[in-house]
Amino acid sequence: MFAPVYLDWNATTPLDAAVREAMLPWLAGRFGNASSRHEYGRQARAALDEARARVAEAVGAHPTEVIFTSGGSEANNLFIKGAAAMMKPARIAVSAIEHPCVREPAGQLRRTGWTVREIAVDGDGRIDQADWQAVLTERPALVSVMLANNESGVLQDVAALAGGARATGAWFHSDAVQALGKMPVDFRALGVHALTVSAHKIGGPLGAGALVLDKRVELAPLIAGGGQERGLRSGTENIAAIVGFGVACERAASGLADEATRLAALRARLEAGLAVLGMRIFSAGAPRLPNTVFFAAEGLDGETLVAKLDRAGFACASGSACSSAHPEPSHTLLAMGVEAIMARAAVRVSMGRDTREADVESFLAALVRTVNELNSLAAVAVET
Amino acid sequence: MLKFPIYLDYSATTPVDPRVAEQMIPWLCERYGNPASRSHAYGWEAEKAVEDAREQVAALINADSKEIVWTSGATESNNLAIKGAAQFYKGKGKHLITLKTEHKAVLDPCRELERQGFEVTYLDVQEDGLVDLEAFRQALRPDTILVSIMFVNNEIGVIQPIAEIGEICRDKGIVFHVDAAQATGKVAIDLAQLKVDLMSFSAHKTYGPKGVGALYVRRKPRVRLEAQMHGGGHERGLRSGTLATHQIVGMGEAFRIAREEMSSELERVRMLRDRLLKGLQDIDATYVNGDLVHRVPHNLNISFAYVEGESLIMAIKDVAVSSGSACTSASLEPSYVLRALGRNDELAHSSIRFTIGRFTTEEEIDYTIELLHRKIGKLRELSPLWEMFQEGIDLDSVQWAAH
Repeated sequence: MFAPVYLDWNATTPLDAAVREAMLPWLAGRFGNASSRHEYGRQARAALDEARARVAEAVGAHPTEVIFTSGGSEANNLFIKGAAAMMKPARIAVSAIEHPCVREPAGQLRRTGWTVREIAVDGDGRIDQADWQAVLTERPALVSVMLANNESGVLQDVAALAGGARATGAWFHSDAVQALGKMPVDFRALGVHALTVSAHKIGGPLGAGALVLDKRVELAPLIAGGGQERGLRSGTENIAAIVGFGVACERAASGLADEATRLAALRARLEAGLAVLGMRIFSAGAPRLPNTVFFAAEGLDGETLVAKLDRAGFACASGSACSSAHPEPSHTLLAMGVEAIMARAAVRVSMGRDTREADVESFLAALVRTVNELNSLAAVAVET
Repeated sequence: MLKFPIYLDYSATTPVDPRVAEQMIPWLCERYGNPASRSHAYGWEAEKAVEDAREQVAALINADSKEIVWTSGATESNNLAIKGAAQFYKGKGKHLITLKTEHKAVLDPCRELERQGFEVTYLDVQEDGLVDLEAFRQALRPDTILVSIMFVNNEIGVIQPIAEIGEICRDKGIVFHVDAAQATGKVAIDLAQLKVDLMSFSAHKTYGPKGVGALYVRRKPRVRLEAQMHGGGHERGLRSGTLATHQIVGMGEAFRIAREEMSSELERVRMLRDRLLKGLQDIDATYVNGDLVHRVPHNLNISFAYVEGESLIMAIKDVAVSSGSACTSASLEPSYVLRALGRNDELAHSSIRFTIGRFTTEEEIDYTIELLHRKIGKLRELSPLWEMFQEGIDLDSVQWAAH
């Protein structure tokens, strides 16, 4: 079976073995609806409570602050639309490098009279401090800045940003979907009012996420109905996925520091190899996720490069999965001031628990071969 | 060999069929790609699995796979259909029609729309649980833009006249949404025949996993919706969010099995339900809730008079059943569906919903019959009202002294 070396951990992650063990009973004999009052239902309810406690523990929140959703996109939609629905139309500020599932819901608020203010970033993708100060004087009601960017891996000083937003009376939300499992994420310490996390980025299953929410924030539900999740998210709870999410959180937290160090070392080896090839590494001057390298080879097309690397046995990405259907250059890079032609050359490698030094070495070797091949083809094209 | 509690709550949720689990697990474990990843084989194969499952869902309902939108479940599908259609068509009018007996996943979005300035007519049903077509026609207005009526009711299992309602709506250009969460695998659904524009589906009511559902969105004639979940543009912009491959594969397989086995399963289930009904009908003062003819064979909802509801549920804990829909079991209010049939509070409280399924055995039915006879007998012995009833006193004529 053709199994490429998987270097696209930011898109999704393989299921952790302990998560699998925890989930299987819930796809078999344990099937109750958590709202049922009989034993099957009570069993499901107990598992739901246990998973909620695990997720809360992993993010430094109280279980009553955890609202389960079907994933990160839904949690982002729930916060942005739900908080806005409880307020008079005002201003929402979002960073210029947010994932579409923050950008798009924010954009939708315009239809009900909200103003959307994009917070500029510098050449490394870090929030531009001058623009941030300007934003604060505009007194936004809602602010959303992601903790870690999915494409370049750049980190924001969310604690400082949240502090500034609090001082002006705004609710501050951070999409921590890419950060959880790669760096410490502490809801209380960050001082945010809301945080989004997702199971399938940390060795958990697809289909479960959470909005961690300060109870002072009033939210209108996105999905109304039977009243689950204290009325904030109706619908029969997906026990199997939520159980998996809880165990994944526990697993991701254990050995986090050592794993981050290990990944950073792999990243350093990869970047050394890329430097030799003259590749540009995006956000190189800024704090980044330890597992992510977003780079570009001048003059090459990222999509083509990635396709050839797949053939050569390495699965990576040219920009986020969610937008890989659209052949547009990375929104993050454009916001960082990178020219479109350079942005189109970008390739993202993101590593995880199963990535070994040998994988990095063989990837570099394949990259060299592929780049040489494409360069010589380009040379031929120019000649004729 | 009986396993306790005996599960007779299939309308609350169903076990994942082992064949469904078998199909799902590889996609949960080894084949973990994000189906939106266009750059490698992990993504491509996941995308193919999603599209194959889409075909399987479409096949059960005789629709085109392009008309299937994946969601996280029927609750989300109902929200998307009702709010999405109302918001899109609000230029044409702001009146909606639904039934008092709909699931909260339909009623709550309607209430939300009312808060936004829409008007909703909540139609009464007849004593048998069915909507009166003439009353429905009367409720239509020139500014009606959406009708939402469930195919099969979750509490009493009655089947609404969807075909006829569809004809009326199509004739007037009104969008028709049907919550079919309880219908798949229980009634034939042919969207080439039924004039339904939007239809909600759930996997976990048809032996699939929880966390996944679908919304059918008709293409001919074209129905439009405002998306409720925005982001990466998945599902042609109608529902953004990474697709959970394994859950979708599970729903596809569950619906494939439903299509292949429905007719034989219906026969077996009907036999079991009728056995249960016959076994319980000889208990005095019992009333079946809802029409028995226009009803799915899986459902038996019975009120036992002169028995206190909570005591009854506790007395029969060897059997896992429901008194009121699972989604509202947390609050001890009498079922609003039974109240809509005209049952008073006491009778509504003393009702039990038995729902039979794929794995129910005759032995389980017989045990249940014996258990109910025994426990109801005991509880009635303790009931003063029962004593009065037996003495021939007309309880409705009694002047109860206040305390």
